[in-house]
Amino acid sequence: MPRSHPLTRRALLASSAAMSAAALLPPAMAAAEEPSPLAKPIPATGERLPAIGLGTWITFNVGDDALARDACAEVMRAFFDGGGRLIDSSPMYGSSEAVIGHGIGKLGRPPGLFSATKVWTWSGAAGPGQIEDSRRLWGLERFDLVQVHNLLSWEAHLETLLAMKAEGRVRHVGITTSHGRRHEALEAIMRTRPIDFVQVTYNALDREVERRILPLAAERGIAVIANRPFRGGSLIRSVEDRPLPPWAAEIDAASWAQILLKLAVSHPAVTCAIPATTRVDHVRQNVGAAYGRMPDERMRARMLDEIEAL
Amino acid sequence: MPVWSSYSLSDLLLFSPQTYYRLIELYNRAVWPGQVLALGFGVAILALLGRPGSRPGRAVSALLAACWLWVAWAFHLDRYATINWAAVYFAAGFAIQALLLAWSGVVRGRLAFRPGRDPVGRAGFGLLVFALAVQPLVGLIGARSWSGVEIFGLMPDPTVVATLGLLLTTTGRVPWELLVVPILWCALGGATLWAMGAPEAPIMPFAAALCLLLAIWGTSAGRRRSSPA
Repeated sequence: MPRSHPLTRRALLASSAAMSAAALLPPAMAAAEEPSPLAKPIPATGERLPAIGLGTWITFNVGDDALARDACAEVMRAFFDGGGRLIDSSPMYGSSEAVIGHGIGKLGRPPGLFSATKVWTWSGAAGPGQIEDSRRLWGLERFDLVQVHNLLSWEAHLETLLAMKAEGRVRHVGITTSHGRRHEALEAIMRTRPIDFVQVTYNALDREVERRILPLAAERGIAVIANRPFRGGSLIRSVEDRPLPPWAAEIDAASWAQILLKLAVSHPAVTCAIPATTRVDHVRQNVGAAYGRMPDERMRARMLDEIEAL
Repeated sequence: MPVWSSYSLSDLLLFSPQTYYRLIELYNRAVWPGQVLALGFGVAILALLGRPGSRPGRAVSALLAACWLWVAWAFHLDRYATINWAAVYFAAGFAIQALLLAWSGVVRGRLAFRPGRDPVGRAGFGLLVFALAVQPLVGLIGARSWSGVEIFGLMPDPTVVATLGLLLTTTGRVPWELLVVPILWCALGGATLWAMGAPEAPIMPFAAALCLLLAIWGTSAGRRRSSPA
């Protein structure tokens, strides 16, 4: 994947680690004193979340491999240094939650961490135990967000989660799907249940959610997490050998990854996107997409036309 | 359209190929010099094949059952389960296969191995030799290093292929009940390798198809003796 050239700019942050993240930030921000990433409000609470999060599907499932666990911790360090907050995982992702817990233990609990996991079991009765297992693996007092994974046994789990939220044991409640599946059921839940977040697949080619889910989320005040922003990496691979289009500079994008991420998070209804990676240079580039100018409606249309034509 | 039909094989893969290969490397490092013992098991099985009497059959069955039990515990449950929650079920399947082999071959003495008996037996012997000597090397064509080779008795795939080969050399009726778990693993293991883009992915489904065809052909042609020698 073509990666951005380091861009000259004045000190972005005081720490050296933050400096490395700053190297990937767009030139238009060079004169800014205190640049900060694009942060969008969670409609339910008004709390602002940086528009780029960190997914952990496959990438953090490294088992007991000490070297790979430490490498994941470094990805987390670069993510937080770049201003990221939301890390998303699931008990379905093998050892990913334990690896996140290892990272949190190694880094010390980052003050900005917005912890998001899921409940994923057929049994409604097993939901509370699974959420407690996840909490112990992460090493947290409580989660900022727990989502029902892929609508699995969603009625029972949603009841559990809403009760936990009422007791202050989880801050936000959500529901997820991916690959464009079960949107009708998702829409019905969004219309009838008091959820704070919905997580769906959204990228330059998977845009079905633009028709009904995203407008409904905006109407109902539900935050949206966009998963698979690179379509599992295939979007990046399909464009990585091509030069950046001339308009990339107009949105302060230094790479195809940043173009694709800016496209996803610039939709007014999308709160944040959660690209996953095993590499520090890639996570720096990903969080860098939250900085600088974002495409407006006209530019989004142009970007989509050109990306679809590739 | 059912939701599951919209998933591709790669959607179901929980880990990266790099993580899987590294897991095997760390496992091989942890069990060393178990590889020598496992290869010794393989050589012992080869040496026992075709010998008269019931003891060799019991001994081969015992060695094979021990290999299945080891893979169930040391690989599936202790290692693979750290990156694949389904490995707990794989471990159960391998443990069941170990018990079936022990019951049928050791306790009841129903398994007699005669590789030179007929073409099916000779083909089974060929499959066994392939699993012991060739299959571990095939991974080197792809992304594997020597430290990541899969060896009979320690890893599922060569253990399963060797078992299929051995079961084709048995006298009497085809032991279909002993083929179920190995054939299922061929489908699962092959699908995993296929999703990872591994060059050795066709081996497992090919071995299963070959075994089934030979077993059916041997049965229908009446070429198998009706009772153990």
